[in-house]
Amino acid sequence: MNSRLRPADRAAPDYWLMPHRDVRRILPRLSLTLLLAWLVLYPILVAVADAAHGDALGTFVSRTGEWAALWASVWVSLASVVLAAAIGVPLALLFEWLDFPGRKTLGSLVALPAVLPPFVGVIAFLFLYGESGFVARAVQGVFGLNRAPWRLQGAGAILLVHAYSMYVYFYLFTRAGLAKLDASLFEAAQALGAGRWQVLSRVTLPLLRPALAGAALLVFMTALGSFSAPYVFGGGFRVMTTQIVATKLNGELPLAMVETVALALVAIVGLAVLRRTEGDDLLTALGKGTAPRRRAIRRPAVRGLATAAGWLFATLLLLPHLTLALVSLVPYGSWTTEAVPPVLSLVNYQRLFGEPERLRPLVNSLWMAAVSTLAALLLALAAGALVGRRGPGGRGGRGGQFRGPIEALVALPWALPGTVFAIALAATFSVSSPLTLRWILVGTVLLLPLAYVVRNLPVTGRAVLAGYRQLDPAFAEAAASLGAGRWATLRRVTLPLLRPALAAGASLAFVTALGDFVTSIVLYTYDNRPISIEIMSSLRVSELGVAAAFGVILMVVSAVVLGLGARR
Amino acid sequence: MTAFVSLDGVRKRWSPATVVGPVSLEIARGEIVALLGPSGSGKTTVLRLLAGFETPDAGRIAIADEDVTALPPARRRCGMVFQHYALFPHLDVGENVAFGLAQIDRHGRDRKVAGALELVDLTGFERRKPHELSGGQQQRVALARALAPEPRVLLLDEPLSNLDPSLRERTRRELRAVIKRVGITTVFVTHEQEEAFDLGDRVGVLSRGRLEQVGTPDDLYERPASLFVATFVGRANVLQGPTARALGGSEGQVLVIRPEQLRFTDGGLPGLVRERRYTGAAAYYQVETEGGDRLEVVADPGAARVGDRVYVEALRVLAFREGHA
Repeated sequence: MNSRLRPADRAAPDYWLMPHRDVRRILPRLSLTLLLAWLVLYPILVAVADAAHGDALGTFVSRTGEWAALWASVWVSLASVVLAAAIGVPLALLFEWLDFPGRKTLGSLVALPAVLPPFVGVIAFLFLYGESGFVARAVQGVFGLNRAPWRLQGAGAILLVHAYSMYVYFYLFTRAGLAKLDASLFEAAQALGAGRWQVLSRVTLPLLRPALAGAALLVFMTALGSFSAPYVFGGGFRVMTTQIVATKLNGELPLAMVETVALALVAIVGLAVLRRTEGDDLLTALGKGTAPRRRAIRRPAVRGLATAAGWLFATLLLLPHLTLALVSLVPYGSWTTEAVPPVLSLVNYQRLFGEPERLRPLVNSLWMAAVSTLAALLLALAAGALVGRRGPGGRGGRGGQFRGPIEALVALPWALPGTVFAIALAATFSVSSPLTLRWILVGTVLLLPLAYVVRNLPVTGRAVLAGYRQLDPAFAEAAASLGAGRWATLRRVTLPLLRPALAAGASLAFVTALGDFVTSIVLYTYDNRPISIEIMSSLRVSELGVAAAFGVILMVVSAVVLGLGARR
Repeated sequence: MTAFVSLDGVRKRWSPATVVGPVSLEIARGEIVALLGPSGSGKTTVLRLLAGFETPDAGRIAIADEDVTALPPARRRCGMVFQHYALFPHLDVGENVAFGLAQIDRHGRDRKVAGALELVDLTGFERRKPHELSGGQQQRVALARALAPEPRVLLLDEPLSNLDPSLRERTRRELRAVIKRVGITTVFVTHEQEEAFDLGDRVGVLSRGRLEQVGTPDDLYERPASLFVATFVGRANVLQGPTARALGGSEGQVLVIRPEQLRFTDGGLPGLVRERRYTGAAAYYQVETEGGDRLEVVADPGAARVGDRVYVEALRVLAFREGHA
């Protein structure tokens, strides 16, 4: 037996010359970075360049309508945050702290607006609260008015829809934050003499800050990019997203570019400001304790009241869904002045599935959503495999090169409203110039699914990268030590372990693409017109039943797909 | 002896300040070598270099006379048991053990899985999921999975650190029995001296990326090659200056004295008993010398009481030159 100790070896390895295996490691990362940059960043740069070109900037600055729309976008988004928080946070506190009959069922019902694709939610509101909707008709009937009591239009209408659909973010984030709180924190505060309100203001809310800031950021960005509600209910009230589309339809393309860039800048500033308020996630650092026990409401009267209020609220939330289902059963032309539709039948569904021309949009939406989801998933997997892995033994080493750029490119489409990307892609791919990597895709069926891929990238990317980060690198090493090569490890170990993350990301991406209206209205062609566009055309020719039937199908498919994606 | 596994001047540089190696080590066929060291000493890196998860910046690694330095882990035929076992949660015990047997037909595979599970005394556990097993059972499945493809070398990363202390000693004995029955050349990493001494035929002590000494447990304890080894392995009084000279050292020397090599006598270095820790068979005494140094002495439980004035002499000292850590 001999074991030797040797002096330090003589020649230091040559760090200047890149060995073969380093090239092999860098090349895939570089390729992915360039591909993502072409897909995500390049169109934005083209839009910026186009905007800077000519005198469109001068036009933008001199028109008061432009500034009004920009300001409207900002204040509507901020007001949406306030309203969504005002509904979502108290609801979360209620469901997390108090116990009453039906709490569990109601607790999940409250998240329902999330299942409604934005555009479908908007038309459901139209049928329910619009000028000739159920509520208006009922009020008209009860008070014997000879015309509709109100018109659902302007900023108020937009905010109503936003509050309804976006409080869910505050509700879910706050509940998740509360679930992480340790009961001993409250007990400690109480032992130190703090009363109930002091505990709330000095302990609970400060600890919830990251969750609240995260929800605020999400609501702000969603509201800023919101198109469906302003498009349908805006009337003369313009926000930037509708302004851009109107300008484009007017044929003032350079001006549309300037507007697009302006909206993008607002989004980026908003993102930067709200990010700063987020702070550190102290709860995660503290670690998980036992959540405080829920307090049962003791007095029967109060309990009954709380339960009734809860169910009433849930019904209110469900009304848009129910309305949509009801309207989808109304045959064309059978409902005129009655408060409730006189005839109900499945004729709209029969026509929808019976006539190939009617079925086309559904088929279009399904294949485009499927293909774009798959593509976005593959890009996310490539990003995860190349830069998402944790370094072994807690060492960060492996993630190294290109990690920052790839993660930023994957997240970028999230930071920019859908309209911005739609316009930027339309501008980029309306020119044939292979040398600058631009081809004519406008007018082809390819551009819209491509836009869906870009829009879906943050969704799949976030899920897959998070999945990779949670993956113990020892699994892949164990597979390697047992003789599995790179592909075998991916197939037999990594993909099965990532399945929940993949399913979650894919289902969300699929549902987003399936219900998309923002990008579709800018980029669709007759041959790939998606469901949302068909709903809009049906509304134009007053085929409310068909529009609603499409809405119901969209809603059901979304719910099923999201349900499948959430399964463990 | 010819080496079955050999590391020759292997070096891995993490950053300018953290370099592991150069490490040279030769391991005989069927031998169990423990790599012992404090955290951050580089012992896990050496194991990962052997497994192929890290590539060395310099040096050469050979297994059975084959240069494997550039070979990917999948082709090294090293079985590895991970610290947290890394049992695939989506596969059951049988599928986990069969993972490395993809090349073999179904019948042969089932037979090998059964054999491997029998080896670790888990016959009939094939259809259980990893999360249904206790920590000790998971550890044994990890061992069975590593051994099933009949690797040339078995590598263990802190194999017992995840177990209850009460379970560790028994598992250690079983582990050694299985390894010896299979006769496989084994390298394992630990930061616990007792584990290293109990399991390893030889122990390599690492400090700051360097292999300080490789030898049998007796060698390391009785004849440590450096002050670090002397103090890291076993309990030790480290003395300098007048106290060291009073116990037989000379100028410029650091003395290392095991507590059992000190005893109370009638004349010698005077001191005061400050603490007494009773362990049953013996007691540990903290003796404070007049110079303020503290000595740990093992003696009869009745040898002295706290507050007693005693005299201490050394039976055997290990002397190192000052400044040579």
